[in-house]
Amino acid sequence: MAGRDPILRVERVKKYFKLSVGTVRAVDDVSFDVREGETFALVGESGSGKTTTGYMIMGIYAPTSGRILYKGTDISVPAHKRPAWVKREIQIVFQDPGTSLNPAKYVKDIVALPLVVNRLVEDSREIEERVARLLEAVELPPDIMYRKPRDLGGGEKQAVAIARALAAEPRFIVLDEPTSALDVSAQAKIVSLLMRLQRERRLSYLLITHDLSIVRNIATRVAVMYLGKIVEIGPVEKIFKNPLHPYTRMLLAAAPVILREEEELLPRDVIPVGEIPSAMNPPPGCRFHTRCPFVMDECRKIEPKLLEAEPGHYVSCHLYKEQPVSQ
Amino acid sequence: MAIAGRVTRRQLVMESLRRYWFKFSRSKLSVVGLAISLSTIVIAVFAEYLAPYPEHAGFYISFEDALQPPSWEHPFGTDEYGRDVFSRVLFGFRFSLKLAGVVLSIVIPVGVLLGLVAGYYRGRILDMAIMRVADIFIAVPPLVLALAITSLLGPSLVNAMIAVTLMWWPWYTRLTYNVVSSVRNEPFVIAAELAGAKPLRVMFREILPVIVGPILTKATLDVGWVILIGAALSFVGLGAQPPTPDLGTMVAEGIKYMPEYWWISIFPALAIAYIILGFNLLGDGVRDMFTE
Repeated sequence: MAGRDPILRVERVKKYFKLSVGTVRAVDDVSFDVREGETFALVGESGSGKTTTGYMIMGIYAPTSGRILYKGTDISVPAHKRPAWVKREIQIVFQDPGTSLNPAKYVKDIVALPLVVNRLVEDSREIEERVARLLEAVELPPDIMYRKPRDLGGGEKQAVAIARALAAEPRFIVLDEPTSALDVSAQAKIVSLLMRLQRERRLSYLLITHDLSIVRNIATRVAVMYLGKIVEIGPVEKIFKNPLHPYTRMLLAAAPVILREEEELLPRDVIPVGEIPSAMNPPPGCRFHTRCPFVMDECRKIEPKLLEAEPGHYVSCHLYKEQPVSQ
Repeated sequence: MAIAGRVTRRQLVMESLRRYWFKFSRSKLSVVGLAISLSTIVIAVFAEYLAPYPEHAGFYISFEDALQPPSWEHPFGTDEYGRDVFSRVLFGFRFSLKLAGVVLSIVIPVGVLLGLVAGYYRGRILDMAIMRVADIFIAVPPLVLALAITSLLGPSLVNAMIAVTLMWWPWYTRLTYNVVSSVRNEPFVIAAELAGAKPLRVMFREILPVIVGPILTKATLDVGWVILIGAALSFVGLGAQPPTPDLGTMVAEGIKYMPEYWWISIFPALAIAYIILGFNLLGDGVRDMFTE
């Protein structure tokens, strides 16, 4: 089970993109903690801001405002301005291994890149050995290192991407939709691989996904995002057994299920309707009110606060009136 | 831990060569193009051994042999000075390929480097500076630009090379810029940057290997087009000067004897067509090589 100390702390982070036609509020005041050794999931539809949040943690771009702390160090700056140890400890696995692996390079050079550019290993024999061990760690035969990405299947490519992320011996990995570009059998393999690696190497994960079945399998806590805001946050079992926010219920109701017991868990009072509005011009009040079946007058005017509904389980909805969250 | 059957670099090279050859040779026309291009290069390199009358390449006058139609002795006939047209055409290959070789070996590295830098620093001042200059060169019709430059510098083969070089680089810059732009924000580039790779490494080790396909394809096709432009400059008298056995010059020289003594112009013209055909077919094959 997860430790108590937060390894990563996201504090009131915003990311606005100024375009010629207006400002996109991709992430609008988001706060959460990721604890050492846990898997924290960010879920939501496309356009909810979950990937933008992950990219800010990676330093692909800096937040417009707010702070990101990694082990107490402020990392709200682009990656190239971060201390070397932070860059080494935080790694990412991208969604589509078809585009995240250089098609012109051998697997060996792809996996070895973090070792080579940071001069962690210089001797070519040793690089080869390290790559072989990394490939073994992701359950690939070492001789795959002399293949190019086009010779590999989708699951194998994603395993190579994971091996590259592991090369610098990270502590924290952002998993950006790690399985959504894969077929179902490959998904299962990658999920169990990620779980084993987390156990063996005591990794902390930030899992960005819209696939609730993966969240259920590997996440410890979940934050549900809608239009740049977190609408509900809590331990995975509470979110699945007792979803509070109508949007969370809509997401759960929309998830495809196979087993009857899963079917019975689905919320029945909400039918998934409509599409996510534009983040350029978010609705006033509660951002979800345009699609909410329980919409009330105040929802259209007042933005709800994130309140603690039960221990560790927070929701931002006018249906629930509890103590405000102590920041 | 030991790796079963350590793979050598040689094996890797052989394997990728086999793969490229397989894709290249799927079209028989590409193989024909390769044969024509290779024959062109062999002729250019060994012209003095292949030509029956190598001394006819320069100043040589023998009026009793002048203007003879094609025969066994002179397969392409003789010109107004009695020189063997076949021998001169073989030497013409050398001048044409020399032009293409010199021009492209300057234009490709310079053009690609500028396009790579501009594409990598897209939207910054460096990008603006490089691409606007390239646009200015592209905006002027190529032949007009070449004519202007050669008439300024004076007609000679070297000045023709300078002119063609100046008009040709922006096309490589623009091609490279476009393909770099299309991969600049791909996750594999971002992954390399996040891993700590410096801009030069990202440009040359991550981006360049991915975009060699379109550049090599254009380079192959351009061998033919540079030769055609060079021939056009020579034809209007701004390229190589007589008695240099340049194909364009030879066509121009023979024009005044048309149509009775057609062989003086027609055979050099066919030689130009042969070279261009060869490199065009070859270029199609190169493109196939880099298509999945």
